[in-house]
Amino acid sequence: MTPVSYYLVLGAALFAIGVAGVVIRRNLIVIFMSIEVMLNAVNLTLVALGRALGSTDGQVMVFFVMTVGAAEAAVGLALILAAFRSRHTIKADELNLMRW
Amino acid sequence: MLTDLLIDAAKAIVAVLLVLNLATVLLWFERKGSALIQDRVGANRAAIFGIGRRLGVPNLGVTNTFVADPLKMFTKEDFVPDQADRFLHTLAPFLSLFPVLVTFAVVPFGDRLIVGSRVIDLQVCQLDVGVLYLLAVLGIGIYGAALGGWASNNRWALLGGVRASAQMISYELAMGLAIIAVVMTFGTLDLQEICRRQGGAWFGWLPKWGIIYQPLAFLLLLTAGIAESKRIPFDMPEGESELIAGYFTEYSGGKQAAFMLTDFAEVVLVSALVATFFFGGWQVPYLYPEGFRLPGIGSVLLPNLVVAVLGVLAFGLKVVFFCWLQILVRWTLPRFRYDQLMYLGWKILLPLGLINLAATAVVIVAVAS
Amino acid sequence: MEVGVFAFFAVLAVVSALGVVLQRSPVHSLLALVATLLAISALLIGLGAVAIGFLLAIVYVGAIVVVFLFVIWLLNLQRDPGEPGHLAAKFFGAFAVAALTAELFAFFVRAPVGPPPAPAGYGSVDRLADLIFRDYLVAFEATSLLLLVAVVGAVAVARRWPADQPRRSGAGASAHGELRRAERA
Repeated sequence: MTPVSYYLVLGAALFAIGVAGVVIRRNLIVIFMSIEVMLNAVNLTLVALGRALGSTDGQVMVFFVMTVGAAEAAVGLALILAAFRSRHTIKADELNLMRW
Repeated sequence: MLTDLLIDAAKAIVAVLLVLNLATVLLWFERKGSALIQDRVGANRAAIFGIGRRLGVPNLGVTNTFVADPLKMFTKEDFVPDQADRFLHTLAPFLSLFPVLVTFAVVPFGDRLIVGSRVIDLQVCQLDVGVLYLLAVLGIGIYGAALGGWASNNRWALLGGVRASAQMISYELAMGLAIIAVVMTFGTLDLQEICRRQGGAWFGWLPKWGIIYQPLAFLLLLTAGIAESKRIPFDMPEGESELIAGYFTEYSGGKQAAFMLTDFAEVVLVSALVATFFFGGWQVPYLYPEGFRLPGIGSVLLPNLVVAVLGVLAFGLKVVFFCWLQILVRWTLPRFRYDQLMYLGWKILLPLGLINLAATAVVIVAVAS
Repeated sequence: MEVGVFAFFAVLAVVSALGVVLQRSPVHSLLALVATLLAISALLIGLGAVAIGFLLAIVYVGAIVVVFLFVIWLLNLQRDPGEPGHLAAKFFGAFAVAALTAELFAFFVRAPVGPPPAPAGYGSVDRLADLIFRDYLVAFEATSLLLLVAVVGAVAVARRWPADQPRRSGAGASAHGELRRAERA
């Protein structure tokens, strides 16, 4: 059997990759995909820890993370569309109207 | 251990070969069937040295479909358009074909076969969550058509890809709702178990098939299934009068053959699913594991081998029947308009599926209490 | 799950996650995201969470990522010519990511070793449904409400209102509205 810590380290690595994507990339869609990677890294961690504790609650959490992720993707992509319509760009750096 | 592995491998190979061969036979079935429906002769030209004619056998277009056309197709240039995404262009046909083929892993094609002390389940992979696997794998199938259309760098192909993915995602809902109603009725996600629970008969003569519990879900699944396989009357993604050939406009040779094979494999898949969920899968009416028990006549005892073979044959017959039904539909109905397609999917099939689901739930609770 | 199988899916997940971040073309990023999600769902199944693993594939790969694809098409995003970005932001970003990674690793490496054998029925649909519809019923209903609000909100935000555009292309706009609803699957 694979130790649980392997799964946790993998989850951490995927999460870090997701964070790097959000920090480094400026394309809103890619930033969004990186967020999905982060969400699923957390899903993996939740299930792995749930397995270590012998409980199913971790999986229920994953279920809720998925539904919230779906809602987030729907609203977020709609916002990207609306932003693109008014500003004709989806570069995060160029959407700076609200910046002080 | 090794024997188990060999048996599993044999089952997998048999299942894949059966599907691929049936899909190819359907190609011929469709050509001659459409000719029959439209009062034409159909393919009847190609022959090998005129052997058939000398022997006095009528030319049924078998050589056309199984020798000449594949030969022509696979010797064509494998064309990739200028500035197309080469990687995705090559990947897409396989991304389209692969999910359909692996779906058959959970479709049971027979009951248990007992050889000596070994019980062989005639299903490639026994999976407790077979229905979830089915839906997950079908979801991957969307990318084949979608990316194929995008990677071709052709606007008609892209339009076809957009239409295909929007259509598949819309009708997957109706399909899912129909399947969930069946799952609720039989109380299991395992396809083999669903088949087993359709055994027996009411009043001694009415087979307990799913169609009797869920007639509406049957219509939903059949309609959504035909839409998923993107055939007439739902073939906007490849509507030749508007989009040349839709998402596989820029494909030729073997890659196009993969797309075509996907279409026919999907026809087989839809037939297999309809047969499994609503027509008892491998169940033969009045046939029980120990033999026939005919109402009012008496019973005939049969060995296990005969029962298993009868089951496999019954499943094959049901699948072929629904394949024929789909070909009949394809050559009888005209094509929908795109908005009609969306209207049907979202405003008719989806509400019907939800109502069916609610009604099923109420009945189940009422019966249980 | 055997260590070898785990290693295969772990490497697949990491490589494809890197692909999501590093690919220039958004469609390639998206395909890498699909591979990442499939690898993660395989890992979940390996952990015994069979139902949730397949659900992840159904919901993410079958629905959410397809909507990403549609948005990419709608915006007509081609290959990125290269992102200007601030060098300083990248530098400090990389630094922060490295720090975070180090912290997470230090934290997780000390986790309990070797999962206990899974009890019978662990991760099955029955067990999951029992928890969701008994212990977490309120949360479940709340998420359904959240989804409804999200769908309505998404349509309201992304819709072209008549005032913005006198004529809207019928097919595109309606197909797009349908897609939002596909989210609910």
